[in-house]
Amino acid sequence: MAERTFKIHRFNPEKDEKPYFQEYRFEVESGWSILDSLNHIKWNIDSSLNFRRSCRSGICGSCAMRVNGENALACETQVKNVKGSKIKIEPLPGLAVMRDLVVDMEPFFEGLKKVMPYFVTKDSPPDKEWLQSPEDRKKLDEPIKCILCACCTASCPSFWFDDKYVGPAALVKSYRFVFDSRDQAREERLDIVNDREGLWRCHTIFNCVEACPKDINCTQAIAELKKATVFSTV
Amino acid sequence: MQQTYEQHFYDVVIVGSGLAGQRAALEVAPFARTAVISKVYPTRSHSGAAQGGIAAALGNVDEDTWQQHHFDTVKGSDYLADQDAAEIMVRDAAQVVIELEHMGTPFSRLPDGRIAQRNFGGHKYKRACYSADLTGHVMLHTLYEQCLKYGTKFYNEFFVTRLFMKEGRCIGLSAVNLADGKLHSFFAKAVLIATGGGGRAFSITATAHATTGDGFALAYRAGIPLEDMEFMQFHPTGLYKLGILVTEGARGEGGYLINGKGERFMEKYAPGMMELAPRDITSRSEQTEINEGRGIDGKDYIYLDLRHLGKEKILERLPQIHDLVFKSLGVDCIKEPIPIQPTAHYTMGGIPANLDGQVTIDSENTIVPGLFSAGETSCISVHGANRLGCNSLLDAVCFGRRAGKAMAKYITGASMPDIDEEQIKVSVKELDEFKSRKGEEKVASLREQLQKGMMVRCGIFRDSEKLSAQLADIRKLRGRFQNIGLEDSTSNYNFELMEALECSWLFDFSEAMVLGALKREESRGAHSRTDFPKRDDEKFLKHTLIYKTDGEPRVEYKPVVITAFQPQERKY
Ligand SMILES: Cc1cc2nc3c(=O)[nH]c(=O)nc-3n(C[C@H](O)[C@H](O)[C@H](O)COP(=O)(O)OP(=O)(O)OC[C@H]3O[C@@H](n4cnc5c(N)ncnc54)[C@H](O)[C@@H]3O)c2cc1C
Ligand code: SF4
Ligand code: SF4
Ligand code: FES
Repeated sequence: MAERTFKIHRFNPEKDEKPYFQEYRFEVESGWSILDSLNHIKWNIDSSLNFRRSCRSGICGSCAMRVNGENALACETQVKNVKGSKIKIEPLPGLAVMRDLVVDMEPFFEGLKKVMPYFVTKDSPPDKEWLQSPEDRKKLDEPIKCILCACCTASCPSFWFDDKYVGPAALVKSYRFVFDSRDQAREERLDIVNDREGLWRCHTIFNCVEACPKDINCTQAIAELKKATVFSTV
Repeated sequence: MQQTYEQHFYDVVIVGSGLAGQRAALEVAPFARTAVISKVYPTRSHSGAAQGGIAAALGNVDEDTWQQHHFDTVKGSDYLADQDAAEIMVRDAAQVVIELEHMGTPFSRLPDGRIAQRNFGGHKYKRACYSADLTGHVMLHTLYEQCLKYGTKFYNEFFVTRLFMKEGRCIGLSAVNLADGKLHSFFAKAVLIATGGGGRAFSITATAHATTGDGFALAYRAGIPLEDMEFMQFHPTGLYKLGILVTEGARGEGGYLINGKGERFMEKYAPGMMELAPRDITSRSEQTEINEGRGIDGKDYIYLDLRHLGKEKILERLPQIHDLVFKSLGVDCIKEPIPIQPTAHYTMGGIPANLDGQVTIDSENTIVPGLFSAGETSCISVHGANRLGCNSLLDAVCFGRRAGKAMAKYITGASMPDIDEEQIKVSVKELDEFKSRKGEEKVASLREQLQKGMMVRCGIFRDSEKLSAQLADIRKLRGRFQNIGLEDSTSNYNFELMEALECSWLFDFSEAMVLGALKREESRGAHSRTDFPKRDDEKFLKHTLIYKTDGEPRVEYKPVVITAFQPQERKY
């Protein structure tokens, strides 16, 4: 048990003219995550504080927010690992704030929808499963871990300045299908991302890699997609 | 005041965007104007948390048959499953999995490129198809991707508050848009309830914050009975104090359960299957060890030990678990054993439905026109008194699919209901009344009292005294709930209001569960009465139905469908 101070972004457009920070200080039990602490506030101190959450085990992607300046999942961030006298909690940057820590996710999902985010085959399917070797399947290990939390896209300066840019998460999704040995729409996919608002908006700034709570190397995926587009147009 | 509202008209409205809801949507949307309503974004649904796998007798690894899967399921259910329903599910299983694969689901593979399969508790053969330890997650994302492909209409972050019933038929529902607090009404020829479970009625649970029994309560309040609610599955391996799940896959891969004396204690309880005995038996064994002082340091937990599997296997087969245990508890399971305890996990009972997902209302299985249910909220009943691991992803997808097909057919013969102003008025009033409560009581505190009581009195071991006390307590708490005070009167993303509504569902959910448990004076599957330790087929080989009334809920029963297998003693 230790006392900690949380400095939390508050904003309710229905009644606040502008955002402000509110501080809460309380005893944090050992083992508490940032999400446990936010729940503690909501349930015991101030029920008007709002944030998204569901699974509390890092799989649903609801609780992405900014903790001491870094995008992270609240449920996977242990309070004891957050340094500093105050823990500053803000909404994800680059997305409109709807209330307190809740941001507008629509632009993020719109980006996703642009990259043909679904499996496509053209041959009629076999009676049983499409075969895929374990080596080919292994290429998908990283991108299928994506939980669409938006930590990456919301950390990307290119996305902040141009919300038409589909963003790294959408490109990871594109990668997931381009490199799936069973998929049969590789060319169309590469065509879509080979665009000013696609791959080439990325300037390899690496913020997204830092931000991803699932350790997905978004920049590497983007680089490989770039390579693939170059080879496919040759 | 809640005045603004919008009206929508669809052929089909699906509540819930988990595996059941989205699988149904894929089936029916090509034939019908379809809307999917969900209180969270589709990929945030709790199905994504499923780690272990989906069962199907593909026979890719072991020789296997649907008949064996059928038997394992019925035996696992302690003979309470309806055998016709279980048969449909296991016969559909292979096709259901192959379809998922054809949609792109990235299952793990065998060296020859076919879908890999592994062991899972209660299944005789290697039958669990999986994708590392992210099976539900990849299935959920795949279905969402397919729904995007076909342009499915989603109402995301809409919270359903009430079903509209007219002359015994379901004609639609009302839902609050969480973004701005506006109440919308939806009228439809067919409504599917696929809202998942109710694990949040318990203080130690593996389920998400959003798993609050919504669909059960929506139906219950609309006059639909709830079936076999007393059967709640406690999973043997929840992280100590947190309840967060460590997949059974960890034991499937060879993990050991160890007590305070360093013994693999399952030897005493299920020598044939050891750690892979069905969940009810394993959880009870753990609880017995703990109750008899053989927890770690005499405390209320034991160890799940993976160390002997080695770093490579752990990182390849159980990467998410390794990460999760480390991030949640700071334990590196390559080097240290994992402290665990049983955790509330799966709701076997639910809204009674037939093989096409059509909701039924009595012991004669009379259909409620316009109302369907699938997934964890439904009770079709394929799991009976105890669900086998990997059978619920199968249940959700199999019966979501069947309900989708059935609705596509149903709407061709059904008329579009008229707008019913009265229904709209009632739901507006109901919500207004709720929001205007300005009493002294705190939702969080009432909910916590409910959860603790359920854990202690309606948990792994139950008896008449504990259950009666819990029933009385639920009623007291519900009374106090009338006197809650909501502090936040604004309408955008008002999650205080949402949590209060969710808490109100939990009271209904818990009441039906405790009452069912009290009336069932026997021990069967997950329902274990210390005052009635034996299964009693003569009196209780039947399904419980609980109806909400103005006073005491009414309890009725309906027969179990037995086809292939006569009840036997269940030994492992
Ligand atoms: C941690 C964990 C691991 C599991 N692992 C496995 C496994 O390995 N194998 C297996 O077979 N099973 C497993 N299960 C069980 C299985 O995951 C679930 O039973 C199944 O996914 C339920 O799917 P569903 O579609 O019924 O509901 P869910 O996926 O829970 O979806 C419910 C949906 O309903 C919506 N909803 C709820 N209430 C409302 C409302 N009031 N208004 C609007 N929308 C609402 C939610 O937004 C959500 O979209 C596991 C369960 C847990 C908790
Ligand atoms: S590497 Fe590219 S996608 Fe990632 S943050 Fe930088 S610009 Fe954005
Ligand atoms: S790539 Fe990583 S950060 Fe980006 S959405 Fe997926 S999981 Fe989140
Ligand atoms: S609550 Fe689901 S990822 Fe944090």
